[in-house]
Amino acid sequence: MQVHLAASFDEALRVKGQHPDVVPIAGGTDLLVQWPAAHALHERAWLDLSALGELAEIRFEDDAVVLGALVTYWDVIQDERFQVLPLLPAAAATVGSVQIQTRGTWAGNIANASPAADGVPVLMAYDAEVTLASTAGRRLVPLADFYHGYKQLETRPDELIESIRLPLRTHDFEDFIKVGSRAAQAITKVGMAIAHSEAGWRIVANSMAPAVCRCRALEQLVESGEPVDSPDALMAGIRADVSPIDDIRSTAAYREKVFSRVLYHALLPFCGSFS
Amino acid sequence: MAESRLEICFTLNGAPVTAQVSLRHRLLDLLRYELDLPGSKEGCGEGECGACTVHLDGIPVNSCLVPAWQVRDREVVTVESVVPGDIARMLDTGATQCGACTPGVVMTARWIEANPQLLERFTTRQLMAGNLCRCTGYDGIIDGLEPPPDAEDS
Amino acid sequence: MKRIEGVAKLTGRERFVDDLDLGEHLWGATVRSPSPRGRVTAIRFSNDIDWSEFTIVDHVDIPGNNTVFLLEDDQPVLAADVIRHLHEPVLLLAHPSRDAVRRAAKQVEVVVEPAEPYFDFRVAPDPQQVQRGDDNLLKRLEINKGDVEAALAAAAHVIEGVYETGAQEHVYLETQGMAAWVEDGVVTIKGSMQCPYYVVKAAECALGLERDHLRVIHAPTGGGFGGKEEFPSILAIHTALLAMKSGRTVKMIYERAEDMAATTKRHPSRVRHRTGVDEDGRLVAQDIEVVLDGGAYQTLSPVVLSRAIIHAAGPYSCDSVRIVGKAILTNSVPYGAFRGFGAPQSQFANERHMDVVARELGLDPVEFRRRNLIGDGDSTATGQVIDDGADRVGVMDLALDRSDYAGRRAAHVDFNATHPYLRRGLGLATFFHGAGFTGAGEVHLASRVAVTGLPDGRVEVLSASTEMGQGSQTVFTQIAAQRLGYPPADVQIAVPDTHRVPDSGPTVASRTSMVVGRILDDACAALGERLGDADLHGGALRAAIIAWHREHPGATLSAEASYRPPPGVAWDEDNYRGAAYGAFAWAAYLAEVEVDLRTYAVQCTDFLAVQEVGHVLNETLARGQIQGGVVQGIGWALLEECTLRDGAMLNNRLTDYIIPTSADVPPIDVVFVENPYAEGPLGAKGIGELPLDGPAPALANAVADALGVEPRVIPMTPERVMDLVERVATDG
Repeated sequence: MQVHLAASFDEALRVKGQHPDVVPIAGGTDLLVQWPAAHALHERAWLDLSALGELAEIRFEDDAVVLGALVTYWDVIQDERFQVLPLLPAAAATVGSVQIQTRGTWAGNIANASPAADGVPVLMAYDAEVTLASTAGRRLVPLADFYHGYKQLETRPDELIESIRLPLRTHDFEDFIKVGSRAAQAITKVGMAIAHSEAGWRIVANSMAPAVCRCRALEQLVESGEPVDSPDALMAGIRADVSPIDDIRSTAAYREKVFSRVLYHALLPFCGSFS
Repeated sequence: MAESRLEICFTLNGAPVTAQVSLRHRLLDLLRYELDLPGSKEGCGEGECGACTVHLDGIPVNSCLVPAWQVRDREVVTVESVVPGDIARMLDTGATQCGACTPGVVMTARWIEANPQLLERFTTRQLMAGNLCRCTGYDGIIDGLEPPPDAEDS
Repeated sequence: MKRIEGVAKLTGRERFVDDLDLGEHLWGATVRSPSPRGRVTAIRFSNDIDWSEFTIVDHVDIPGNNTVFLLEDDQPVLAADVIRHLHEPVLLLAHPSRDAVRRAAKQVEVVVEPAEPYFDFRVAPDPQQVQRGDDNLLKRLEINKGDVEAALAAAAHVIEGVYETGAQEHVYLETQGMAAWVEDGVVTIKGSMQCPYYVVKAAECALGLERDHLRVIHAPTGGGFGGKEEFPSILAIHTALLAMKSGRTVKMIYERAEDMAATTKRHPSRVRHRTGVDEDGRLVAQDIEVVLDGGAYQTLSPVVLSRAIIHAAGPYSCDSVRIVGKAILTNSVPYGAFRGFGAPQSQFANERHMDVVARELGLDPVEFRRRNLIGDGDSTATGQVIDDGADRVGVMDLALDRSDYAGRRAAHVDFNATHPYLRRGLGLATFFHGAGFTGAGEVHLASRVAVTGLPDGRVEVLSASTEMGQGSQTVFTQIAAQRLGYPPADVQIAVPDTHRVPDSGPTVASRTSMVVGRILDDACAALGERLGDADLHGGALRAAIIAWHREHPGATLSAEASYRPPPGVAWDEDNYRGAAYGAFAWAAYLAEVEVDLRTYAVQCTDFLAVQEVGHVLNETLARGQIQGGVVQGIGWALLEECTLRDGAMLNNRLTDYIIPTSADVPPIDVVFVENPYAEGPLGAKGIGELPLDGPAPALANAVADALGVEPRVIPMTPERVMDLVERVATDG
């Protein structure tokens, strides 16, 4: 096992460029799970980002908030300024437990690309953009375009996530619902993040597809004002947008049904077209 | 770049420490098997049970998910820093039974007690949810933290 | 009295087996069968490893019998060629590096020629799945009272029901662990366990050693709940075999995934009821069949079955009862002891069924119980006449009053009528639990406790009872201090070490305070007698002890007592009739739930546990036992699904096996009713397992109340609740 202790982000980018196979690590809350038995990971080279203070910054600008790659869930929970993006602290408080929230990073959540990621849905609902950096420069990728399949990321082998940019908009509707197996420390079985602003509806599904994703058919349905008189009326849109599976945690039938019911009841008090 | 072992300096329970850490060790392994501080326990190895909870720069973390070499130049506080006077109330309320989850419970509890403003936003049960206990059913633990309802502010 | 070892535990000073300084030692690991059934045809060692660095043990290395000594000699220490379950231990490895031995265990291929495994105990086996007798029956027991067929035929109504419970994993926070070494011809085993004498007997059998060449020492144990009753004997023998072959100290600590996949769990059950009632809603016939998945080896299944059927008809009065119990051999990982030991399974079914019966009759569940709870002078299913003076209806009424049952139910009706998707309900369970070994079991155990007077006047208690969090050290200190008139600080509890302490029996069956504590009480009384004056107490006793030692330098001043069966307790083991237990504790539990019809998730929002327990020895400890047991029961009822594949746990990690966190359960309100039991120490009855019997049926009854569905299977996961609700919706 080898560990590169990067002294700066530039150095980290150089290392990643020269050794694309290196495993970047920040909080380690995904990577170190059942570590003693993870023999394959012991043979890898690691790139430690945890000491790069320059990546830990939260910057509120006029029209956007920028989270550095090392910003943790707990950083956001503690920061009262996030009242303007309330889904972020709401979702952060449902991630694992306090001990995980203090170490887990938003960027790590994006990079780990779990279909059940809890940070990604709210970032996506807020139209987050990810800054990918390499020695060649920077590029900005909308989070909604970041995943191309199960654990298939936009990130190139020589790139690292540098920051996440969230536009500051006025929302008249925001909600985040996580359905897990228990009240805390739960892997999401069914989840969603919903937001509405002048930019339109954002409905993001969690644990319903190979990656967290926007539900375009459902967004159009709600946007159109077409009457929705029951959870079942959402089923066609759900089936167009997502493809839940049976797995060790739940079933496709449960996920589909519960998604429809949770979404319906979330929008019922707000949307005139829902009855 | 480090291969196999790395020398790090950090603060442990208030005192400076220099250690040759194996790259394959988690902070939990370093504490238990190299520094003779077996108070922190391994209950699951995956960050679910919280029995390995320590403070890293003053906040609770699962030491089974922290690479040992990541604590260089940082502050680590373990259950070995706790003295009997710190846990008198928990002793009275039955916060411990078998003792396996207890070190982690105590470390999270001490952090909550040091940060009472947390209770304006979260309940004690929510904050303790990262510490699994199979013996107490949690009442003994929660009662050990909260002041009694009719307590006077001293 | 505060917990004796509480400060040590709260300051992280208590050392469990993996915390002990053992000096230089080897780490052990287990190579297991990859197949649930078949014959081992080859064992292949990878060429990538230098095996000369390893100690390797297989069945040939077993010096004694390749048998885990328990009830039947059916389980091998290491599989020789027959494989009966996935993860069955085949080979043991040891190496100075834990990482190296962990990796190496994955580099040994056990080749198994497969045979057709049998997993669904509810369905008769195919011919090629039969592995015992002609139907895989491990054990059959029957209880008969009156004439159940005639009573059913004459009954005004007959109501049937089938109920199922799943396996449950203990999740003691400290996983299984043992250390062993050989010194001066003595094999010493130290580790996490509930029963040092079970371990030493198993070690005698497998290691072919006499008792004086074996020493078993209990290390502080981080939770047991029955999971460390019989299983540790296997790990102890494994560790000792590696120590004997290598000549070195060996430690084996199971990682959580291995512990969950390869060790024992609560027996899954299926219980069928046919219940006859008269026009007044009184029980006239209870025809019950209890079937348990017995797993691949018997372990303690017959005893679990026994307790299951004895409790299967509940705390009710009924003249005609037939209970047939069966344990079925399967190729699942062996099931074993788990707090409650069969009674939670059978009482889940009975208490759920009582509500079903009540509903069929149009009777309130409370009124049904009021008419049928066993009264003084009535007899149980085994014909044991109950006359202990406990007011069982009073216990129920106390629970109803304290919870404002009627008011709350009315409020729920209103709430449920108006809320778009939340539904609330309240559920009651009345139940009982017999403490101590069944029937003549305690006589056979012949447990003993010794008390010694030390030269400085303090006393030491020597028993094999082990502290695993339940507070036995503290309760024993209390009992001895009270009997002797000593300050608690002058009472020492000896570490359970088979070279020092007598066999007090296993730390199981809710017997430690009630049975062993009583023997301790007698031993304390015997100390005075030993000194010539049975009334010696306090300072006078201390002075007498000191004086004795001056007169007998170097000698041991010890008094011992052994189990004395309560008078008039007779049990017919052949016909399963008579007094099954010396004492029953009686309880009424109330659970409130809120079900979210968007997600079908059931949340337990309030819980009240009322129980009559004879006498409360230590309020904090007793309350802790009830609260902890209730939360285990809530987990079993709502959250803890064991997903099995090939008979072994697939969701063998804490991320996927869901136990309650502090955020998942409400505060557990506990009320004790006292009614001293003459044979218990200071009037106490056993309470350790009682709280597992009530929560599951109370919660199921609450879900039924909230939704108008009839749950019959636990855990009541959201997926199951969805199916129940959907079924009602489509059935109209």
